[in-house]
Amino acid sequence: MEYRKDYFTGTQTQDLTEVGVTRQRSDVLGHVTGKTQYYADRQFAGLLHLKMVRSPHHHARIKSIDVAKALKVPGVVRILTAKDVPQNIYTILCLIQVEPNDEPVLAFDKVRFKGEQIVAVLAESEAAARDAAAKVKIVYEVLPAVFDVEEALKPGAPLVNEYHGRNYFTYEGHHCRRVRYGDVERAFAKADHVVEEMYQSSPIEHAPTETTGCIVVPDQNDRYTCYSNTQALYFTLDNTALILNSPFQKLRLVGGTVGGGFGGKVDVITEPIAFLAAMLTKRPVKYEYSREEEMQVSSPRAAERIYIKDGLMKDGRITARKVTLYVDAGAYSRHSPYGTTKAAAHMPGPYTIPNVWVDCHCVYTNRTPSSAMRGFGVTIGDFALEVQMDKLARLIGMDPMEFRILNAYRDGDMKAHQKQVEGAALVECVQAAADLARWPLCDRSKTASSLKREV
Amino acid sequence: MTKVPVEFTLNTREQNEFVETGSTLLSALRDRLGLYGTKAGCHQGTCGACTVIIDGEPHLSCLTLAERCQGKDVTTLEGLAPAGALHPLQQAFMDGFAAQCGFCTPGMILAAKCLLDRNPDPTRDEVVDAISGNICRCTGYEPIIAAILTAAQGMRKPARKRA
Repeated sequence: MEYRKDYFTGTQTQDLTEVGVTRQRSDVLGHVTGKTQYYADRQFAGLLHLKMVRSPHHHARIKSIDVAKALKVPGVVRILTAKDVPQNIYTILCLIQVEPNDEPVLAFDKVRFKGEQIVAVLAESEAAARDAAAKVKIVYEVLPAVFDVEEALKPGAPLVNEYHGRNYFTYEGHHCRRVRYGDVERAFAKADHVVEEMYQSSPIEHAPTETTGCIVVPDQNDRYTCYSNTQALYFTLDNTALILNSPFQKLRLVGGTVGGGFGGKVDVITEPIAFLAAMLTKRPVKYEYSREEEMQVSSPRAAERIYIKDGLMKDGRITARKVTLYVDAGAYSRHSPYGTTKAAAHMPGPYTIPNVWVDCHCVYTNRTPSSAMRGFGVTIGDFALEVQMDKLARLIGMDPMEFRILNAYRDGDMKAHQKQVEGAALVECVQAAADLARWPLCDRSKTASSLKREV
Repeated sequence: MTKVPVEFTLNTREQNEFVETGSTLLSALRDRLGLYGTKAGCHQGTCGACTVIIDGEPHLSCLTLAERCQGKDVTTLEGLAPAGALHPLQQAFMDGFAAQCGFCTPGMILAAKCLLDRNPDPTRDEVVDAISGNICRCTGYEPIIAAILTAAQGMRKPARKRA
């Protein structure tokens, strides 16, 4: 890696001596000797295994749950249903005022996605827990399901999540997260070209090498310790305390060693139910996703559909950008209302465009709830924006690098979010990339600077 | 559950165990012997995190029945170097930032050890082939491949160690 100090000379006040220097990880000796202790690298006498009975349907009403046969399987210790969970309905981001609570720890009246957890079986062995889970009898009334964000928003679409009452998250009274700046329609009317394209992505699974899981162990004095591979220890602690109606000091989280996360271990799914199971049985409990569960039920990156309509002048200036973006939250909010806000904050990309109109919808469907993953709300938007930029450049026969330099933010420009640009560096990044790729730039692009817009 | 006796060599020491029939070597190592250096990633033979060395060859311990290890020589990451010392592969993985979350690292190092034992001077393609059964999700394969090549070079020329 190279640290180019020749940019922004005079404006850099720090020496940044660590940038570009390789430092050994503090935990790497443990990694190469096998001594790093992941959550599952522990043994506890009397450990119970928790296996979940999951919905085979995308959308169904639960008519009845019968655990009688499952309870008779040798080795089964206890079976938990929604009735056992003190505050069964929660939403992870209630901690940052996202509401309403919209997700059950254990489903009871309805299932809203395939693989949703309904009944937790606790047994002396994994095999017994699995056998018993297969013997839980649940009668369903299958309901029509919706899997497409735009279908879900049409009148008459099946209602996915009653806690919202509509198939979208409401932002301060609005049906989506919006950005309004200038007048896009007027700019489209005056533009030399108007280009409208649609982009979409599928959900993406993090597929960590270590699957999601935890072990909860009863300590002395009615306290419980949870060894977890969560990426969000405090989210987990707070949500568990709320779900179990338990004082914080009874709950202890131990973690920080994660065998691959990428945002996939930010949700709070395994810990509350494992805590509850340990409290009710007074025994250590392990709840670990199988690889199949990791793929089927852990939150993926949200699928997105993005419409971009641009007004473009022959000289290369983008004069208007209208974006309609749909985030497929799946059946529950988890981190998607926040991710959708990030998407709105990220549009129209790092370009100065005088007229911008953005609608970002957080939509509920009967797909697996989506959540955090590396730059969620931003990455797919960037893909769409940059493919669009290439198309625009090609349309007017302009070099794609020079097209980006021309439209890039300069310090002092006004962003669509009514915030003045500072610390812009896209022009220099494109120049450096062109340099490395031996990509010829015209003199105007070579001498362009983020510090001021050339006249 | 029926138990059967198994005698094998584990990290150069004689090991005698009663194991449940049908149980895996992975389960014996982790749940019975507390050797957690061998990781469980998928329990279905697809990720390579549970790789151990049996009679000089890499094997997936999640698909290996414990009872089939009778008379075999098993090496896990814990047995790669004497206590307090590091195998050149371990040193190279440390120096080359070839272990980020560390979960695939034991399997990667053992798969690489098998390669270097039979081929001390591998090409890059041969390294890629040797770790093709081991999935890494965070470090990225490039630093891992580079570390294995660096270790191979160091092992061939022990007198000319890198500074």
